[in-house]
Parts: sequence; structure tokens; C-alpha cells
Amino acid sequence: MSTAKLNRLSPYLFLAPAFLVMVLALLYPLGYMIYGSFRDWNPSQALGESTFVGLKNYYTLWHDPNFRESVVVTLKFAISVVTIEMFIGVGLALLLDRNLRGMSLLRTLFILPMMIAPVVVGLIWKYMYHPTLGVFNDTLRALGMEPVEWLSQHALLSIIIADIWQWTPFIFILALAALQSLPRSALEAARIDGATGWQQIIHIKLPLMMPVLIVTCLLRLIDAFKVLEVILVMTAGGPGLTTEIMALRISRTATEFRELGVAAAMSNYLLMMLLLLTVLMLTYNRWIEYRANKAQRAAEEAL
Amino acid sequence: MPEIKLENLCKSYGNIEVLHGIDLEMQDAEFTVLVGPSGCGKSTTLRMIAGLETVTKGEIFIDGRPVSKLEPKERDLAMVFQDYALYPHMNVAKNMSFALRLEKRPKKEIQRKVQEVADILGLTDFLHRKPAELSGGQRQRVAMGRALTRDSSTFLFDEPLSNLDAKLRTQMRAELAMMRQRVHKNMIYVTHDQIEAMTLADRIVVMHGGVIQQQGTPEELFKFPKNKFVAGFLGTPPMNFLEATIEESNQQLYLKGQGFMLRCDERATACLRREELLKVLVGIRPCDLIYQPDAPSDSAIDIDVVVSEYIGAQSVLIGDCAGQDVMVELKSDTPIALGERLRFSIDFQAVHLFNMSNDLAIA
Ligand SMILES: Nc1ncnc2c1ncn2[C@@H]1O[C@H](COP(=O)(O)OP(=O)(O)O)[C@@H](O)[C@H]1O
Ligand SMILES: [Mg+2]
Repeated sequence: MSTAKLNRLSPYLFLAPAFLVMVLALLYPLGYMIYGSFRDWNPSQALGESTFVGLKNYYTLWHDPNFRESVVVTLKFAISVVTIEMFIGVGLALLLDRNLRGMSLLRTLFILPMMIAPVVVGLIWKYMYHPTLGVFNDTLRALGMEPVEWLSQHALLSIIIADIWQWTPFIFILALAALQSLPRSALEAARIDGATGWQQIIHIKLPLMMPVLIVTCLLRLIDAFKVLEVILVMTAGGPGLTTEIMALRISRTATEFRELGVAAAMSNYLLMMLLLLTVLMLTYNRWIEYRANKAQRAAEEAL
Repeated sequence: MPEIKLENLCKSYGNIEVLHGIDLEMQDAEFTVLVGPSGCGKSTTLRMIAGLETVTKGEIFIDGRPVSKLEPKERDLAMVFQDYALYPHMNVAKNMSFALRLEKRPKKEIQRKVQEVADILGLTDFLHRKPAELSGGQRQRVAMGRALTRDSSTFLFDEPLSNLDAKLRTQMRAELAMMRQRVHKNMIYVTHDQIEAMTLADRIVVMHGGVIQQQGTPEELFKFPKNKFVAGFLGTPPMNFLEATIEESNQQLYLKGQGFMLRCDERATACLRREELLKVLVGIRPCDLIYQPDAPSDSAIDIDVVVSEYIGAQSVLIGDCAGQDVMVELKSDTPIALGERLRFSIDFQAVHLFNMSNDLAIA
């Protein structure tokens, strides 16, 4: 073999191990799941013994009101937590991006919730929400207000609050990192140009942080669509189906209802939703870039 | 247009004081250049005037008004940064008009102003480009343009040319000098490059170690440096310094160093008599050494040529005078060979004398 040919092959040679790992660790389970979703598959059977049912699992799910309910709950949950977390996280980062005494301690404290195991978070919040023993109702009573049935009457709101508590720090650190890597001199130039604190945030800081914020938002969304443990511990999906998000429904379908094929189809629906989301976001980014380029070209031609 | 006055300005970072009492007055429409080696506190001084750094001690007055507690925008100044500090997400037009847009000036006026400045700087074709799509020189112009679109009364420049390559730097320096004729505003310009300082300044302020060494017109500083630092800092190639003892014979003072013996003129004699020194540092600029083989030995110096650096019409010789390095400027067509011993005459008028104990000039 000629050296030139060998040279051309060498990148692939080096990529091969990584590719192999990816096939084994990612594509194989994915293929397994997609394959399983076309079958009537019971946990006591091996996948090969199950019968092929075509798109029946998908079709049933599409018309299953319980599944639809869980999609709606998931959407409500994911969109509200991510929106609120983005606002609070970025806001905190903008607020705490300064060198004051004790700031590093404060920052460390802020990111603690993220480090606690989700099951523990669920347990803590479950106790805090407890109707008679929980700290929230204790406080309300001490203030002379009516106690609230947190996990029964406002279940979705309660898990949203818990999730915000746990995951705002994630956005906070990434936003803070983005802020601190902004070009200092551009901000100084803005001060000289007469920008107030607010104007610096709106005209300089936020636009420059945007690429990081978009990725952060995407990561959080993907995560929020798949959240399981905290909700499992706090409400187990109840009361009724009010907090039964998709991940929970998938796990129940597989373990309680013993319908692996349906669970696999459900996972695929979730996967498709996430893919759609990612593609939409990337397309939006592309489109913004494209529009900017076009505007620029048009402007140059006009000259 | 304002007069800017710094009064005993000090700056400390933690316990370390980096500026030790700067006193400076800048007249209306004057081009002041702060020059000095890296780390001497030029940028710090400028940034305190701009309001980007807090003032530890002392006060800054603009038209008699103390401003050290005011925000940058209340001081009415524009600044050009060393790394240009353009807004990466805005195109050139947006960059230049940012301050005007914040002030909510009418669209028409903003457009006119941007167009006007872009014409001056040759940026018209690039108004819609982002900074990342420009060359270093163009970015530099945008940074200038951003300062020019504002009607600030004072312009601050922090080493605006130091990120450009040599050729572009020379070109921009010339353009700055031309712009300076047109724009009658206060300009404070920071550089470590003494050529920039000499060519642009109405007034040069030489700084070293957080202290002003000397200020004055370029000519004053070049001809009458107050101390050894200023003498050595201004001028290329730099001034030669040679140690000498003072000797007297027949009522005539001589400067006797290793490999030379110079006869003092009347002015120097008077000064040296007054100061009653035994030793002095003799400073001679390379351009003041004249190749003259037949010069009398008491007004000349003999140098062995070690290296000749050809730079066109002129060459710089690096020579050796009894173990001391001496640089000489010479017409390139002078027939010389390496290793040769040459005689250079010295006009004593051009000799600078420094007190060796405190490096101050003797005059
Ligand atoms: N933020 C800072 N913290 C501590 N020391 C600083 C800071 N900025 C500048 N200095 C010190 O102050 C001195 C003057 O710096 P500067 O004004 O930037 O010098 P230059 O004349 O090169 O512009 C230097 O010794 C530098 O180390
Ligand atoms: Mg500097």
C-alpha cells in the first residue's frame, strides 16, 4: 500500500475505537429499543420470542388519553421549569458577577442543590411539603395563613418549585462562566460610551452570552423532559395523573403493566420530541445566521 | 474644551502603590502623550482619567470640576483601547453609533454622523461587516471611528497602534498626526513607543516607576533631558553613557574615561566647578558623534567597530571604546571595515552630563 493511501486512511484508523464504542454503547441499545417498539413484548419473553405487531404500539399510544395527558404534563412541566430557571439563573449570574467580599462562598452555596442526589432532593421536598409537619405549612400557620395542600391540590406546581430549586444553579454556573469570559474591554468601552448597568446587560452582555445560553437551555430542556426520580419520590405521578410525566409513565408501563413494546414506543415518541426540539433550535440558529448574512450581502450590493 | 488637571494622583492595588503622586495639567486642545516603559503606570493613569479605575488618593479636575467620583459617561470623553474593544456582535455602523443610539439621537443624525466619520476613515465599504470580518488595521480604524462619532471633548488613547504590524503602524501614525490637525480636542495618548510620542505630541510626559520623570515639548525633552532615564529613553539609537572622572590641568577641566579624554567647554566647566563632583556620567547621542579621522584627541573618541547595522542611507555602528559599548550613526557610504579603529569628533555642546549619585542632569 502506498504511503499516501495510508495517510488518507489514518484518520479513520484513529477514529475506529471511538466509533466502535459508540456503536456498542449508543446505537445498539437504540436499535434494540426501536426494534422492540414494533413488537408485543412481555418482560418474561426474550425479544426474539415476541410477536411482531407493526405500528400497533404507536397507534394505540396515539389514541391513549392517559398517554396524551402525560405528554401534556411533561410539556407543561418542562417548559415552565426551564423558562423560570433561565430567568432566575441568568438573573442571579448577572447580579453576582462582581468581586465583593464573600462572593465565592455565596456562589458555592448557590450550586449546592445541584450536588444532592435527586432521590434525596425528592425526600427533602416531600417532607417540606408535608401538610401537617412540613416547614411550608408551619410557616404559613405561623404567619396566620391557611395551610396549603401542596402535593395533593397543587402537585404540579409543587414539583415545579422543587425542580427550580434543584436546577437553577446549573444555569447559574454556566451563565456566570459565560459572563466572566466576556471581553472585559468591550464592557469598559460600553461604560465609556455611556451605557448604564441595564443597557450594558441588554446591549452587550446578553447578546454575547446568547450562544452559551442557547446550549444551556437546550441541555436543560432535554433533561427536564426526562426527569424521573424527584417526581417519583414526591408524588409517584399522582394524584391521579396530574404529575405523571412521560419518564414516569414509561417506567410504569414497563414494570407495572409489563408491556415492554409499548414502553419502547413511548420512549421513541419522547426521543422524537427531543430530536424535533434540537433540530428546531439548530434551525432557528442557522436561520438567524442566514438572515444576518443575507442582510449583509444585500447591504454590500446596495453600495 | 476642557482643561484637565491631575493633582497628586495615587493608585494602589492592595498594599502595592503603583502610582506615586502624579501632578499634570493639560491645556485646551492639547495633544499630550504619556510615554514610558511597560508597567510604569501609563494605562492606570489614563484609566483613572476615564473613570474605569477608582482613584486611591488625589483628585482629577476637568475644567476645575472634581470628577474622580463620577461615572465615565459623566466625564464626556471617548477612548480607544489597545485591543480595540469593539462589540463583537455589532457591525461596524452599529459599533460606531452605539453611544449615539444610547442617547436616542434621531436616526437621520446618527446615519449622517456615521457616514461622515466612515468617509474620513475609509470605512464606507465595511459598515455592514462584523469586527471578526475585518483586518487588524480596519478594526483599529473602527475603534477610532467609534471615538470620533461622539462629540466628546476629550479623546483618550491607550496604545492604539501597538497591535499593528510595523508598516501599518507608521501609516496610522501619520494619519493620526493629520487627524490631529483637523480635530481640535484634548487628546491624551498613551504609548511605550518613543517615536510615536515624539511625532504626535504637543507635550510629552515621560513616566517611569509610577512617577513623572519629566514633561515638556518633544524638543525640550530631547535637548534638555532632566535625568539619565529620560535621556536614555528618548531617541533611537539610544544615548551612550560613559563614566568619567574630572581632572584639572592648567585651569582646564577634562573628562577622563576609559579610552577618552575630553576637554570641557566653558559652560560645563562652570557647572562642574559649582557641583564639586569627582565623577560624572557622560551622555552622547549616537547622532552627535561625527566621523572625523583628523580630529584632535581632546575632542574626539576612538572606537573599534564591532557590528555595523545597515538600515539604508544610515548605518548604526556598534563599537567598543576600551570595553564600553558605544553606538554611532553613520552615513552608509562611509568606507569602513569591521575591526577597524575609527575616530569620532564630539562637539561638547552636545554632551550631556549626569550626576552619578542621583542620575540628575548637571546644567
Ligand atoms: N488590576 C491590577 N492589579 C494589580 N496590579 C496592577 C493591576 N493593573 C495594573 N497593575 C500594576 O500596575 C502597574 C502599572 O500598570 P499599567 O498602568 O498597566 O502599566 P503600563 O504603563 O504598561 O500601561 C504595573 O506594575 C502593573 O503590574
Ligand atoms: Mg498599558
